[in-house]
Amino acid sequence: MEISMRDLLTVMHGMGFGALFMLAFSGAIGELYGAWSATPQATPDPRSQTMLRVYLAGMVALAWLTVVSGAYIVYPWYRAIPPAGLADLSGYPQKFLMSSPHTIGWHSLGMEWKEHVAWIAPIAMTMVAYVYWKYGRGVNKHRGMRRAVLIFTAAAFIATGVAGAFGAFLNKYAPVRGGETIQLIKGE
Amino acid sequence: MANTNTSSSTKDLPNGSGMAAILAAGIGCAVLGLFSFLGDAFKGIGQFFIFYRPTGPLSGVTISTIVIWLAAWYVLAKRWDGRNVVVERVSLIAFGLLAVGLLFTFPPFMDLLQGK
Repeated sequence: MEISMRDLLTVMHGMGFGALFMLAFSGAIGELYGAWSATPQATPDPRSQTMLRVYLAGMVALAWLTVVSGAYIVYPWYRAIPPAGLADLSGYPQKFLMSSPHTIGWHSLGMEWKEHVAWIAPIAMTMVAYVYWKYGRGVNKHRGMRRAVLIFTAAAFIATGVAGAFGAFLNKYAPVRGGETIQLIKGE
Repeated sequence: MANTNTSSSTKDLPNGSGMAAILAAGIGCAVLGLFSFLGDAFKGIGQFFIFYRPTGPLSGVTISTIVIWLAAWYVLAKRWDGRNVVVERVSLIAFGLLAVGLLFTFPPFMDLLQGK
């Protein structure tokens, strides 16, 4: 069982960081909504507040790892320029997609959207984590601030969904391949 | 935009630093959208944004966005720390900026503005 280095790093970007970040949203939205729906007079549980702070900090780390690894490790392989006259474009995903009217949309809409909108997620979630870190359940006393934070969290979720969905489709139609081969399990 | 609210309890944390983070995030999103559009619409700007050649203009768009977002956050936090600001007005501006960011990163909207 083998995998190429580019495949492995693409999987780490998409599944290791991105999917884990996406999965963490359900917990974050539920916890934030629950914590901030409590009455302002409710006694905060210090342990659960600390847990949520650490959880959000973990999400922020995952968000930044996802976009940085995507833009600076995987994306250069995706947009590599093939030598002139090369007929087989399978090693050049962007050019491969652009070579057919049936697949060009995956680049012109999918990648063009994904590569930019994804960056909204780490910016928004860094802010969300900072506000919770600073105010904790005290945000209940600032209803407008609480609403703003939840809206930015929802926007980050949507941005991540767009980037993740297109990332999965792009890797299906034009996978990033190549580099050193890594043998995971030796055959019989 | 900032005003001191003497009616709030002294035990409560003023909203200034939280709202500074929220408005800065909105600024970051809007700048991301505008830079994405400018890099796409104008070849010269696209070339300017090539900070790291393998990643192309996306490198300059994202690095510049992060610098402006953090700078805006720093300036707003310095101004509003320890104070209360008008939450509704700041939130509304932040939502508008977030909408700009979402809209200008949407390729069909960018194409529409460029008459493509």
